[in-house]
Amino acid sequence: MKLTLHIWRQRSSKEKGSFETYAVTANEHMSFLEMLDVLNQELIEAKKEPVAFEHDCREGICGACSMVINGRPHGPVKGTTTCQVHMRHYKDGDHIWIEPFRAQSFPVIRDLVVDRSSFDRIIQSGGFISVNTGQAVDANSIPIEKDQAGEAMDAASCIGCGACVAACPNGSAMLFTAAKVSHLALMPQGAIENERRVQAMVEQMDKEGFGKCSNTYACEAECPKEISVLHIARLNRSYFKSMLTSK
Amino acid sequence: MKELDGKVPPGPMAEKWEHYKSTIPLVSPNNKRRLDVIVVGTGLAGASAAATFGELGYNVKCFTFHDSPRRAHSIAAQGGINAAKNYQNDGDSVHRLFYDTIKGGDYRSREGNVHRLAEVSTAIIDQCVAQGVPFAREYGGLLENRSFGGVQVSRTFYARGQTGQQLLLGAYQALSRQISLGTVEMFNRHEMMDIVTIDGKARGIIARNLLTGKLERYGAHCVVLATGGYGNVYYLSTNAMGCNVSASWRAVRRGAYMANPCFTQIHPTCIPVSGDYQSKLTLMSESLRNDGRVWVPKNKADVEPIRSRKILPSSLKEEDRDYFLERRYPAFGNLVPRDVASRAAKMVCDDGFGVNGTGLAVFLDFDSAIMRYGKSDANAKGMHDADDATIRKFGEAKVAELYGNLFEMYEKITGENPYQTPMMIYPAIHYTMGGLWVDYNLETNIPGLFALGECNFSDHGANRLGASALMQGLADGYFVIPYTIGTFLANDIRTPRIDTNRDEFAASEKSVYDRMIQIMSVKGNQSVENFHRKLGHIMWNYCGMARNAEGLQKAISDVRALREEFYKDVFVPGTENEFNPELEKAYRVADFLEMGELIIRDALNRNESCGGHFREEYQTPEGEALRNDEEYTYVAAWEWTDTKTDPVLHKEELKFEAVELKTRSYK
Amino acid sequence: MKWITKLLTSSLGQKLIMSLTGIFLILFLIVHLVGNLQLLAHDNGESFNIYAAFMSHNPFIRVISIGLYAFILLHSIQGIALWLTNRKAKGGHSSKGKVAGADWSSRNMALLGVLIFAFLCIHMGDFWVKMRFTDSLPLVNYPGHEGAVEDIFSRVHVAFQNIWIVIIYVVGVIALAFHLVHGFQSAFQTLGLNHKKYTPLIKGIGWLYAILFPLGFAILPLYHYFNL
Repeated sequence: MKLTLHIWRQRSSKEKGSFETYAVTANEHMSFLEMLDVLNQELIEAKKEPVAFEHDCREGICGACSMVINGRPHGPVKGTTTCQVHMRHYKDGDHIWIEPFRAQSFPVIRDLVVDRSSFDRIIQSGGFISVNTGQAVDANSIPIEKDQAGEAMDAASCIGCGACVAACPNGSAMLFTAAKVSHLALMPQGAIENERRVQAMVEQMDKEGFGKCSNTYACEAECPKEISVLHIARLNRSYFKSMLTSK
Repeated sequence: MKELDGKVPPGPMAEKWEHYKSTIPLVSPNNKRRLDVIVVGTGLAGASAAATFGELGYNVKCFTFHDSPRRAHSIAAQGGINAAKNYQNDGDSVHRLFYDTIKGGDYRSREGNVHRLAEVSTAIIDQCVAQGVPFAREYGGLLENRSFGGVQVSRTFYARGQTGQQLLLGAYQALSRQISLGTVEMFNRHEMMDIVTIDGKARGIIARNLLTGKLERYGAHCVVLATGGYGNVYYLSTNAMGCNVSASWRAVRRGAYMANPCFTQIHPTCIPVSGDYQSKLTLMSESLRNDGRVWVPKNKADVEPIRSRKILPSSLKEEDRDYFLERRYPAFGNLVPRDVASRAAKMVCDDGFGVNGTGLAVFLDFDSAIMRYGKSDANAKGMHDADDATIRKFGEAKVAELYGNLFEMYEKITGENPYQTPMMIYPAIHYTMGGLWVDYNLETNIPGLFALGECNFSDHGANRLGASALMQGLADGYFVIPYTIGTFLANDIRTPRIDTNRDEFAASEKSVYDRMIQIMSVKGNQSVENFHRKLGHIMWNYCGMARNAEGLQKAISDVRALREEFYKDVFVPGTENEFNPELEKAYRVADFLEMGELIIRDALNRNESCGGHFREEYQTPEGEALRNDEEYTYVAAWEWTDTKTDPVLHKEELKFEAVELKTRSYK
Repeated sequence: MKWITKLLTSSLGQKLIMSLTGIFLILFLIVHLVGNLQLLAHDNGESFNIYAAFMSHNPFIRVISIGLYAFILLHSIQGIALWLTNRKAKGGHSSKGKVAGADWSSRNMALLGVLIFAFLCIHMGDFWVKMRFTDSLPLVNYPGHEGAVEDIFSRVHVAFQNIWIVIIYVVGVIALAFHLVHGFQSAFQTLGLNHKKYTPLIKGIGWLYAILFPLGFAILPLYHYFNL
């Protein structure tokens, strides 16, 4: 199939970017990133700068790939990262617009590559359980109800890709932050420091300049791991409770 | 040639580690504050080590080439992590895990290290649960287990099909906590380019800031590498695109030995190659072999219609199918170790029974599992005479609960629904057992340079069992290196901070810079990708699932020729002073072009078949691997600081005290 | 008391303000509509005028109504502030295409809010200012009721003979309907009241509310315009 790509090219966060148009021939078995590989190969052979895009595991789990395809973070397939989108979802003659994840807290590094270190700093502010190596009790001495463990796992499956921020009309990181708060709050060993954690993480999230959640639920719809906004509600609950009741 | 000493402590196998641990010199807390440790890599081994060093009070500098420590490829491990907890009361024990790992590794690993691994395995699960890793649980709230290849107990802990992700996030969170406390300084998007040695000891690294392209110097009292395996030397593998051998290889070029590089693991259950454009292969977890049955058509006449789907796989009669793993290995059936399963699949495909267009695929069929689960579920609901459609519905629901995300992934990639038609799988490079040679302390032959996780060689011998990589990474990082590093650092408490203005740093930085310029200035006509792909073809064709002397000889000259061509015709766009992913790829592929040759040389040297290393000249009449314990019960550790001369082989004899050397049988 | 500032200036605190004031305004609309349905009574405005007099003179109601005005302002100002910071957080770029999930009203709460606010200004200027700050309304006496009351009913009836005013009112309540479609359930989500079992119910009630109440308000001008 022959495709027309409109790709956002930008040298650095300081320089202005714009769309450039490329023609590429793909086949339906390729993944979306393999289609971009083909384009880059052609660009290199023509001694031109290839399109920079972030990618690593190419099996939907590392969270590196990060592009907006025709307005949708990670493209058209529900619950799927860009690397797992295959070209069979496109047809001959399609125009595809490819841009970086857009948010003030994700400055563009080059083309489609953005800086998501703000996510790391949110985790560093409290997204952990304070236990040192060697302090642990026997694993089975902390029983956790099966469904609750499952819910914690749902939240913990976040891959930190930032699609929630890119999807959000407000550039909010609530789903990311809530997923971690929720994962840890649902485990008895993590519930202990929930109050402190939730305050610290929300404070850091605000400091990073992310927008404020207005419950549009675009995050849930575009999350490649389909993490539920129920976790955002839990974050809200935890936060208000901790602000109102903590000493 | 040197005889290497693994420094395994004396005493009975089960007491070695316990006893040794209490004799390792300690570093007092006030001295720890004065000691700097560099950790390169933030996968399971690196992140857990860096976090633990930080907790202990060392000053840690931690490096990753990724944008975040959480992206390390440990994240992609699916199936699970082993531990000798014996929660299932099915006869598991530390000794059994130790024995299974030694046997699974085809008797080419170091007993002392493996026993220690089995011992600390239980503490890993405790630690991970305390960190909040959401392992699968039973209705009673206690931990659930499943079974993996090569063993007859259920000792694998798992978190859906995302165990690696959850364990890595646990370690990443522990690391994040130390970063927030200031004990660990984190350097994202920094790639290690060279090890700096002073008076023969590892005292720092040269790192490239990938955003600016600047070379930066970092000094420390010792350097810990946790940089993963070299599977990407084959181009197509289940590794992430960024996985590379460069950190290990730079250590080799500074004098570290590379051990058993030919021990590469080929995983039987990967999605088959679909075309030339393909950039990587996707693994389907080994856990699928708990319930999936592997087969090809029994009769040649059915092969073509099956390939073209004129006969649907699901409609081929039972008696016309060859469940070749169950037929050849009745005791372990579909759950034989990876090397055995891979080779068996290769054999049936080589004989012309492959089931897809390329002839390089076998079926992994869940139909009987669906019906079995469905039947028991129907019975549990009191529906003893349920019809097939109902049973199938119940069965599919259960299979979805167990493997749902894997089935979805398969469908996304191939466009086929594995509930309706059997999956197609084929072996692919997945893991590398070989790696930097380390002693019992995980220290390489360069004093002060340590190697953890997949980047060392010590625990898996010639073949790794499923769910053992996660175990080893975390064992090394949480429970081994925090103790054994004392053997080196206790003697270093008077050494002041390492001054990065020293000549050694300047010289090292210059050599890194010169090497980049050399590659940049070729300005030829071929992309780096081209060279990588060609290297992959050579490696897979001559040093893949089956190897022979003639092919290996040819491969050496092919790789050498390709290397020469690389330095004459590679084209790298952009400059070295900026964010330049093509340049990163280029110097990594340059290292693969050297590592590839060493793998082939090691394969040629090892005149036996064991584990993942199968030499066609050495096999039993039934086609099973034929080991040569007389001559090859040793670790081949290669010294190769200069590609103008041939690599030098050093040996470490493997002594087996607790386990008797036997022919591995899964029949 | 530092914690209160910290709470109310945090992103979640600001949302809390939106949610609580929003819920108050939702409750107000119930009272407002119930009272105003008396405009449909065929009694020449007797019940409505007496009700209006009560509402504007009862001290308790007066206090509440000051709170109401304050909440409307708070809801509006906070809403605009959120919209501004969120626009900045997005980095000033809009993508070529549309994301999944976010429905139209959820993405346009600020626009809808501004429309509603503009409508409120007209609405208040029309009736409330005239009633409270001018003596332009004639007084009427009703048997059984002590003292004269202002005849706001007639004023309403006259006003709703003007097609433009009717259109403004209908547009205003349509904006209100869309604002409520998102706002109703969103207020609960912000408070953390989201549960697999109960949220579908909340959403259902939200939809019903967002349709029925604006419809109720829309009937009033139409009823008078068409002299039903």
